[in-house]
Amino acid sequence: MKEIALHLLDLAENSISAKAKTVRIDVREDFRTNQLTAAVEDDGEGMSDEMVKQVVDPFFTSRTTRKVGLGIPLLKASAEAALGGMKITSKPSAGTRIEATFRHSHIDRMPLGDLPCTFLTLTLAHPEIHWIFTYAYTPPYKGKMRKFEFDDQPLKEAVSGLPLTHPDVLAYLRSTLQDGIAGTRE
Amino acid sequence: MPAIKSLEELKKIREEALQKRDIKSASGRVQIIVGMGTPGIAAGARDTVKEFLNIIEEKHLTDVVVRQTGNFGLDSLEPVVKVTVGDSTTVTYGKVTPYAARLIMEQHILGGVVVQEHVIPS
Repeated sequence: MKEIALHLLDLAENSISAKAKTVRIDVREDFRTNQLTAAVEDDGEGMSDEMVKQVVDPFFTSRTTRKVGLGIPLLKASAEAALGGMKITSKPSAGTRIEATFRHSHIDRMPLGDLPCTFLTLTLAHPEIHWIFTYAYTPPYKGKMRKFEFDDQPLKEAVSGLPLTHPDVLAYLRSTLQDGIAGTRE
Repeated sequence: MPAIKSLEELKKIREEALQKRDIKSASGRVQIIVGMGTPGIAAGARDTVKEFLNIIEEKHLTDVVVRQTGNFGLDSLEPVVKVTVGDSTTVTYGKVTPYAARLIMEQHILGGVVVQEHVIPS
């Protein structure tokens, strides 16, 4: 994987396989503490303590056609390469939260990548899921944290019946996400 | 590029479509399903989806629906895309780069001619 945003896409797909109805993605770029945090949280089936330990093994997978499941082990390795780590909190029938932290300025820290694009494709391609996205930015020397939050419910209520891939809805969603995230940096 | 519409304007578009009975179920004439398992994502499937969405916006296509699914099990042929136009049989394409996505959209979906060089035979 070349971007953290692609790992988030991968984790979100896991949440969907775990029968989640609501999936939340939180990203924080904190230039003051020099930390980048990216997390995906769901209300799906959850995992036992045993499975939480197994999931970081590349030879463990819920797929039946292959013997490898690389998404989570690769993310853990990427986070650790940037002096960060990965934390999984999960409870059967309650859901799972996977959080990866990276030292922001580390030379081996993989780029965050195209976050608006990840959010956009998830919202459109999985309209059955309730998506909540947050992006927070804390400037390096002074100034407060600025946060952008997106919940897809108001949009879905407003256009219910129209496919979300309707070009006008698509344009609205794309620009809301792009401008919202970019707006925290102004 | 036309101006981005506000939420209010989107509501009006929806009402007009309802009145014209343009809303079939939210399934549309064309269904594009992109495999978004880990190998798909690693092979660039997200950018393939992005390209389909770009064209939908560019050409203002109102009857195309894009979905994602997990792994199709054809890892070495990722990104894999399944295209169904109207009642025709579903065509499964492999190695669908953004460039190939545009080809599929223009030649197959809009032009009616399957893009043979990318088809995965069943």
